[in-house]
Amino acid sequence: MARKLLLEYINEPDIHTFEIYRQKGGYRSVEKVLKTMSPEDVLEEVKKSGLRGRGGAGFPTGMKWSFLAKPEGVPRYLVCNADESEPGTFKDRYLMSYIPHLLIEGMIVSSYALGANTSYIYVRGEMMPQIRILEKAIKEAKAAGFLGKNILGSGYDLELYVHAGAGAYICGEETALLESLEGKRGLPRIKPPFPAVSGLYNCPTVVNNVETIATVVPIINDGGEEYAKIGVGRSTGTKLISAGGNLRRRGVYEIELGVPVEEFIFSDEYCGGIPNGKRLKAVVAGGSSVPILPANLSLKTAKGEERLMTYESLADGGFQTGSMLGSGGFIAFDEDQCIVRNTWNFARFYHHESCGQCSPCREGTGWMEKVLHNLEHGHGSYSDIDLLVNVAKNIEGHTICPLGDAAAWPVASAIRHFRDEFEWHVNNPVESQHRNYGLAHYADALPSFAE
Amino acid sequence: MLSVKNTDTGDFSPEMIAKFDEFVARYPEGKHKSALLSILHEVQAHEGWLSVPSMDRVAAYLKIEPIEVYEVATFYSMYFLKPQGKYVLEVCRTGPCCLVGAEKIMEHIEKTLGVKEGEVTEDGQFSWRGVECIAACGNGPVLQIGPEYTFHENLTEESVEKLIKELKNK
Repeated sequence: MARKLLLEYINEPDIHTFEIYRQKGGYRSVEKVLKTMSPEDVLEEVKKSGLRGRGGAGFPTGMKWSFLAKPEGVPRYLVCNADESEPGTFKDRYLMSYIPHLLIEGMIVSSYALGANTSYIYVRGEMMPQIRILEKAIKEAKAAGFLGKNILGSGYDLELYVHAGAGAYICGEETALLESLEGKRGLPRIKPPFPAVSGLYNCPTVVNNVETIATVVPIINDGGEEYAKIGVGRSTGTKLISAGGNLRRRGVYEIELGVPVEEFIFSDEYCGGIPNGKRLKAVVAGGSSVPILPANLSLKTAKGEERLMTYESLADGGFQTGSMLGSGGFIAFDEDQCIVRNTWNFARFYHHESCGQCSPCREGTGWMEKVLHNLEHGHGSYSDIDLLVNVAKNIEGHTICPLGDAAAWPVASAIRHFRDEFEWHVNNPVESQHRNYGLAHYADALPSFAE
Repeated sequence: MLSVKNTDTGDFSPEMIAKFDEFVARYPEGKHKSALLSILHEVQAHEGWLSVPSMDRVAAYLKIEPIEVYEVATFYSMYFLKPQGKYVLEVCRTGPCCLVGAEKIMEHIEKTLGVKEGEVTEDGQFSWRGVECIAACGNGPVLQIGPEYTFHENLTEESVEKLIKELKNK
């Protein structure tokens, strides 16, 4: 069995209450840092751990923290990004629902490390139940002396608040999130300046994902070096994977980074394979934004090596034959699924969620949705397929924030790997309305790429 | 979009104002505009949607321009700018839920309620719409109902019918 650092006590009855959480060793890391460590010591442990941002970008957390500007007399903020909206990702909702104190404990330790005296958890508005859970947990922690003035007699003060969003995927982008936290539209800011210099209310700010902040707790408890022993290479530690789509056992799994993709999908310890005796057709490994891969390339790299659940292995082959670990939103497609329909669905999502600031994204996502709608509904042509590639290329890299890239990648990769399915839709406009293209050759053994 | 029926529902109750004050207290001095999103949620929870007079009163309360409220209300998908059914069934329509049958569920809701997406049933009890991913893919198909945003997961045609019946008799 894999080591569990975040979900060790997830099945403990009433672990959402302060009392039970504390009995299971909760808030030890707060005692440890406030009594025995300086903020710099905490930063050092996080650096040693090799922890990388769990929201999707995978940027080293310790490095992000070390960029925080510390001008005299200016408040600094820690903001937790709980705007989980990437299609396929639901790990943060799970964590906040069942073990909210883990996030609060992580917020206290991280705020101390960054010298923040006021911190916010920005929760997406649809998660009202989780907002209520967090607010109750914050009250409990405060009553027990872990929040407020002079925590545990250390002289350190921290107020922690929950801020509700109101339905906008774009607010998962950190500068859009800060705008939203200021009570404005969630329009991403032009960088630089980065939030580390000018973030919330123009003050130095760190924005971290829920899972990233929760992971600081075991890092402090066990030490950064211990944490870094788990995993493979620069993919250290454990990661929460949200498994959805056509899998026998969907849900949130804590894996040690380095588990083979094949084992994750088919072993009984994890997803248990594809239901109803179907075969695997495709995988989106890290949330809807990352490139989709056919079954064969999901399980093995183009070099024929076993594909692992790590930042590096999933990216092996670049976008030609690889993908990304992203947020860990793992979506499996069985042989009955239509890639064209799913690509249209994702394109509609990005069109709906584009904030409209940058023309390439505002216009491009709309065109991609329309063209894909035509293809899916039997009104497409060959030139539409090339047009999609062209539009995707013209969005990518031409926008203020990464939503443009996130919209372009699923379309570009679907055409790259499943072009024959798109062409089949063009050639069979009537038949494609009644049945799907099926598995075709997408699970066949890869041709040898030896040079 | 802002020109729909704009019944003034009167002043906010003292309880609501107390709640607004609580939101404002979470932010530093002078940064009270940060409370806007939460205040709008509160208003919508009480009135069912955001009318222009209500938004104007929110602006007056926060001492900001009405346009600052409108631009926020029109940006975020959770705010309703016209009256809805008492219960708004919001079904996730994004990829992972569609892989496990969300489209069929939406068709079934449309048939059961007898109204198209975005329309309100004659008795004013229900409306429904598809929404983008609500982060519950592991238990899809899924729908949420405001203002508490309770989740209903692993939906089947039967469970949806049962849910609608229960809400009708509530």
